[in-house]
Amino acid sequence: MHLCPGTPTPAHSTVTETHVITTTDLTKVYRSRGREVTALDGVDLHVREGEVYGVIGQSGAGKSSLIRCVNLLERPTSGTVTVAGQDLTALAGRGSRAGRELRQARSRIGMVFQHFNLLSSRTVQDNVELPLEILGKSGGERSRKALELLDLVGLADKAGAYPAQLSGGQKQRVGIARALAGDPKVLLSDEATSALDPETTRSILALLRDLNRQLGLTVLLITHEMDVVKSVCDSAALMENGRIVESGTVSELLATPGSELAAALFPLDGEASGEDRTVVDVTFQGESATQPVISQLARTYNIDISILGAAIDTVGGLQVGRMRIELPGRYEDNVVPIGFLREKGLQIDVPGRESVLVKEGAK
Amino acid sequence: MTWSEMQPLLEQACWDTLYMVGWSTLIAVVGGLPLGILLVLTDRGGLLQNVVANKVIGQIVNIARSLPFIILMVALMTFTRWITGTTIGREAAIVPLAVGAIPFFARLVETAVREVDHGLVEAVQAMGGNTWTIVRKVLVPESLPSLISSTTTTIVALIGYSAMAGTVGAGGLGDIAIRYGYQRFETGLMWITVAILAVVISLIQFAGDYAARSLHRRGAHSGPAPKLRLLKAAS
Repeated sequence: MHLCPGTPTPAHSTVTETHVITTTDLTKVYRSRGREVTALDGVDLHVREGEVYGVIGQSGAGKSSLIRCVNLLERPTSGTVTVAGQDLTALAGRGSRAGRELRQARSRIGMVFQHFNLLSSRTVQDNVELPLEILGKSGGERSRKALELLDLVGLADKAGAYPAQLSGGQKQRVGIARALAGDPKVLLSDEATSALDPETTRSILALLRDLNRQLGLTVLLITHEMDVVKSVCDSAALMENGRIVESGTVSELLATPGSELAAALFPLDGEASGEDRTVVDVTFQGESATQPVISQLARTYNIDISILGAAIDTVGGLQVGRMRIELPGRYEDNVVPIGFLREKGLQIDVPGRESVLVKEGAK
Repeated sequence: MTWSEMQPLLEQACWDTLYMVGWSTLIAVVGGLPLGILLVLTDRGGLLQNVVANKVIGQIVNIARSLPFIILMVALMTFTRWITGTTIGREAAIVPLAVGAIPFFARLVETAVREVDHGLVEAVQAMGGNTWTIVRKVLVPESLPSLISSTTTTIVALIGYSAMAGTVGAGGLGDIAIRYGYQRFETGLMWITVAILAVVISLIQFAGDYAARSLHRRGAHSGPAPKLRLLKAAS
């Protein structure tokens, strides 16, 4: 389910409607000892210019294969990859070795890794200079650019240190500075925060967010942590068994009835306290988040409402909340109050009922 | 035999050993380094995957390594004459020493280079680096501490091999120990030779370990210490 461009985007961001990364029917099949494993099964991904796009899934879902196919570290079995208007799959050639054109294209795509992948034999500054050496820049230009980038990621004082002397978060900052050395338009992040503690994760994500805003950098990140999507992503996709099962901007996802991603972003607990009760999930976002709808509902219909669970957060710069409430009476008795909530522009899910209807509707 | 008689003999022998081992080490490094890297690159899943080339190089290396040095020296006589114009003397001994040490060193290089984290290779590929860049900027510098340890091991092995070079009249400490110490019952001279060899080998080992460790310290987070690798390689 891909929600097409043309839908409203959050006003704060630098997102445009141009697609900067597109994969079309991307398939990757690994063959080993006569067995075939399908890692990617027809993936269509559309990342718009200037957005932070998160691909989330459990390990083995194929997200790692997907991001490695974007710069062709893995050759897709079939399908195409287009980055910044350039069809990379057409540049790939037949052999496993990357030709000159593909290597040039790669130098314009930054990549950061889970385990940082810094050269232990080089200082921090020399690590950042490495991509510039590959680009054939002169010594003076290299060191000027490297120091500038280290300043940008807040490590200007560590230029002469070796990676072994740095903490995990600092190493990843060096990794990010190195990835930016070739002035890329696109940054690929392969589980960049998965080896870091929660606090360092937050600071690295904040850095990625700042770079996205300041440089208009498009970021494609893969992660297995919902918090990463929640704190930095404009758009997200959920991968399962090599397929993208849901995708769209975070607000679109939250507005989609029965969205697994939305439910995972805002997990709600709480069971009905009796047979003759109706549980309703209410999702607020944007304007509707500021209206006192629950007390209006209570007053208008003179019913007692219990709150079973609630979460309010900022996702991609938007105020979003979800609440699970319980109304007296069966679903049939509550059609009118639920209709009232819908009229107020809220997203209403009735657990166990609505999702069935949606799935039937989708078929 | 008095010390004044022994001294010129020992001096000459030291120089002969140094000369043979020095040159053959140099040739072994120059020849074995690319060979060892090729063994890694052409292997299955390598950057220049070529199973046939890998098998061929691997077999040549294995055969050359399995020959006892004294046999290698005899077997290579024609080749030696072709290169140096003679089969006797220090220069003639360098040829079989180098030929024996190249595959030895190549295997050590292979082990060292294989231990470089594949993630680093991938990072440089993602930057747009080609295979030659990866070899120059990643594989060699990142495995340098191990490569130095491998060189130390090779030098020590070559000192051992060079003892047999006396059979082609190349001299050296081993030759003195056999001809004077063993065959003429000059036990004193023999022990002195043994002592010199022990000191020389200790010094080389110490210098090599020191160099490897000081390089390794800055990248202390990856891989086992070079000392452990050395033991593994020697066993």
